Amino acid sequence: MANKNSEALKQPMWANNPVLVQILGICSALAVTAQLKPAIVMGLSVTVIVAMANVIISLLRNTIPNRIRIIIQLVVVAALVTIVSEILKAFAYDVSVQLSVYVGLIITNCILMGRLEAFAMQNGPWASFLDGIGNGLGYAAILIVVAFVRELFGSGTLFGFQVIPQCFYEAGYLNNGLMIMPPMALVLVGCVIWFHRAKNKDLQEN
Amino acid sequence: MATKKFRCKVCGYVHEGDKAPEKCPMCQAPQSEFEEIVEEGAAAPAKKGLNTNSNVYTILYAAVMVVIVAFLLVFVSQTLKERQTANVINDTKQQILSALNLRDQADVAATYEKVIKADALMQPNGKLAEYEGEFNTSYKSEFDNGNFHVFVADVDGERKFVIPMNGLGLWGTIWGYIALNEDRTTVYGVYFSHSSETPGLGGEIAGTKFQDRFPGKSVVENDEVALKVVKYGKADQSSQYEIDGVTGATITSTGVNTMINKVLSAYIPFLTKQCCKEGACEEGNEECCEEHNVESND
Repeated sequence: MANKNSEALKQPMWANNPVLVQILGICSALAVTAQLKPAIVMGLSVTVIVAMANVIISLLRNTIPNRIRIIIQLVVVAALVTIVSEILKAFAYDVSVQLSVYVGLIITNCILMGRLEAFAMQNGPWASFLDGIGNGLGYAAILIVVAFVRELFGSGTLFGFQVIPQCFYEAGYLNNGLMIMPPMALVLVGCVIWFHRAKNKDLQEN
Repeated sequence: MATKKFRCKVCGYVHEGDKAPEKCPMCQAPQSEFEEIVEEGAAAPAKKGLNTNSNVYTILYAAVMVVIVAFLLVFVSQTLKERQTANVINDTKQQILSALNLRDQADVAATYEKVIKADALMQPNGKLAEYEGEFNTSYKSEFDNGNFHVFVADVDGERKFVIPMNGLGLWGTIWGYIALNEDRTTVYGVYFSHSSETPGLGGEIAGTKFQDRFPGKSVVENDEVALKVVKYGKADQSSQYEIDGVTGATITSTGVNTMINKVLSAYIPFLTKQCCKEGACEEGNEECCEEHNVESND
């Protein structure tokens, strides 16, 4: 049993990563990765919410009527996100201003619905909690990798601090404007998936 | 679990349906070779004697769920409302102070008390009159309602005026505050923020790199707003009125320009001290151009 639980935590980090393998949550991965800071905050918020939603759905799983289960899952997620957003506004106003619309966007993140439907409906609360943490962190890891590359080459900064020295710019170096745009995020996610498939032969399709 | 599942004992094929097929489509084995798969999940609710698929149960479940969630959200919203409003007020005060180049104050409320002497409304003739209401956090609706706020500030013994502004960027609203010197035309400092401009491009209007281009510029020329934000690199550096926009964010920069123009145009009577020109002061009220009768609140 312990083995199964640790699998639930570790699998989504790499071998069954929600972004790289299940291709879920791509839209938000494109939207928030122009800079590192919002990417990290978004990754952590999703982790917390998916873990909490997983636990609640897992506790309710035997009582939920089959025909309206998606609606129930949606209500749970939306209620959680709203509560978290209200709490942020009251106790961490700066963070809530930083996140602005992204908090609301968590509701539409496919990873949440995917995990609730695929895992929490069939497993106990503890395993579901670990699965939520694992998937959230797996998602956050991809966001951080993409945001790192985009911020470094797009703005020459990391966490808002100038990293590429001024003398580079004087020698004719220019920030890559395309990096700031969402299409480049898609290309980068594609590159990460490419690398991931190359390392995981069993995922390759013929 | 509306449908049952049957497994073929010969080849392992799983059939979903109300009963086993007459022949296995994979290995042609007869119906008798199929056995029903009983799942754990399907068995559990039946044990409790609760039919989770009945209409009554479904409707009741949904209704109870909605009521619980509604009460929960109302409760959370009501308990946190006071703190949230306090945060918004604090944040608005910090934004006003930021326009006066007092960024990142540790105790915003105390600094605001010390620096801002009055929250005033501009009268049609350009005079200021004390604003009587509660501290306001939505200057867009105030502007639309014709309440033109001016904050009278005192920074190191010098009089400054702060004017709130609202406008549209590329994706959503932008807003800001502009602080003017006592002459009502030289910019002392600005603050801009936005709701959803592109990070790294339009979002840079919230950064000090852009805002630091404003101080020292002039706002009004010949009774018209002359301050302009132009495309990056196009500003005439010797001009008193032109400011470079943000590179790669032309639409947001244009939005800032439109916002400054629209809002400050409405403040022209105040900026040009119209009441003095009309000779209103001569009728026994010589002070109107100096202090505009705003009582200091300390």
